[in-house]
Amino acid sequence: MEKTVLEIRNLTKRFDGAGVLNDISFSVREGEVIVIVGASGCGKSTLLRCINRLEQPDGGEILLDGKPVGGGDMVAVRRQIGMVFQSYDLFPHMDVLGNLSLGPVQALKRPKAEVEAEAKAALARVGLADKLHALPRQLSGGQKQRVALVRALLMHPRMLLLDEITAALDPEMVREVLNVVLDLARDGMTMLIVTHEMRFAEAVADRVIFLDGGHIAEEGAPDQFFHHPQTERARQFLNTFEFDSIKKS
Amino acid sequence: MDTEFMRKFLPMYVKAAGLTLRLGAAGILLSLVVGAVCCWVRFAKVPVVRRVAGAYIELARNTPLLVQLFFLYFGLPKVGIKLSAETCAVTGLTFLGGAYMAEALRSGMEAVDPVQNEAGLCLGLTPAQNLRFVILPQALATAIPAIGANAVFLIKETSVFSAVALVDLMYVAKDLIGMYYKTDEALLMLTVAYLALLLPLSIAFSLLERRLRHAGFGRAV
Repeated sequence: MEKTVLEIRNLTKRFDGAGVLNDISFSVREGEVIVIVGASGCGKSTLLRCINRLEQPDGGEILLDGKPVGGGDMVAVRRQIGMVFQSYDLFPHMDVLGNLSLGPVQALKRPKAEVEAEAKAALARVGLADKLHALPRQLSGGQKQRVALVRALLMHPRMLLLDEITAALDPEMVREVLNVVLDLARDGMTMLIVTHEMRFAEAVADRVIFLDGGHIAEEGAPDQFFHHPQTERARQFLNTFEFDSIKKS
Repeated sequence: MDTEFMRKFLPMYVKAAGLTLRLGAAGILLSLVVGAVCCWVRFAKVPVVRRVAGAYIELARNTPLLVQLFFLYFGLPKVGIKLSAETCAVTGLTFLGGAYMAEALRSGMEAVDPVQNEAGLCLGLTPAQNLRFVILPQALATAIPAIGANAVFLIKETSVFSAVALVDLMYVAKDLIGMYYKTDEALLMLTVAYLALLLPLSIAFSLLERRLRHAGFGRAV
């Protein structure tokens, strides 16, 4: 039985009085990949953002390796939880190497030469060895997102939060980014992934959580969720990805 | 043109240009400090103080420097505060410039995508490290053209210093015209003197701006 990395207990978040997350509880074991799906506005991104306190939860508890998150030192917690966004958010004024080494060198105080050597090796693994000194604006979307993934990984986080990281990409670039994520999953990286790529979700997930109206409406193995959903809401949601019923002829 | 006259009084212009430059530079540097503080209290949303900063910016930008100087030089002594002419000049220029610099810096800060802040925090940077390595380099790159324009504007504004009996370029020109009636020569030298001060400054800022853009700062491509 693997260790529990992250535990969420009765998490609640409201915006202007309206509940976005209601009483969310689940836990993530070491090496587990959990994919969170749901219609837009269901609270998926808010859930991720509450975990590393980009949003302040209104209630409940979040534990990282058994220790409560929040209140005290958020900087230390964020060093252990990597996050990648839909819009890449590389630092435009630094080249790729600068983007990759800023966190380890400044936040973790590791020696620059050591970090840069590691960054080079990591970049080569995602097929971008020749982009070391490129500026973000010289990269394609897929390349930027791979750099962003490497940037988060070089912090050696306990887990990764991926917030719709392929939503802004062209289809052929989606593949190159998702391959990196699949590799990470195989290497045992603990991940919490929000995505609209259902085929990818099915391939990468150990467990799927379906959020609806700020609740966990359904939770289960990908096989079961995608092929035998238990709830009517999940069936409706999965149907929006099918076009068979509305074919022209 | 009386070149003999121009040669004779050239040293006076040079000396006055030195004063203009010295007081102007002091005013610009202090303006940047005041502007940075104002910008910071507004962005950090410090209660009450940010309203004071907002009111100050409106007051300073919507009153002429000459009026501000008269207040400092002739008004304050009435309540027992006597400042030297130079102190009044630098204080007045800083009062005016601080407001303009605050707005220039604000435009720079606002141009930085808020997600950049989040990306830095997610990397485990402290807020101070995030400001230094992620936010400020981008904000300053955007603000540089406005800061440069303000610097040139402030040096030009020093031409009202003669009103409080400081021997700046304007004072020398007015003095020579009054004494010798050599209006053409005096004004030509005045124009050239300001150009000699301001053209290099403008060019320096243009080059800096081009370099920053070339280095890929901000969104400008």
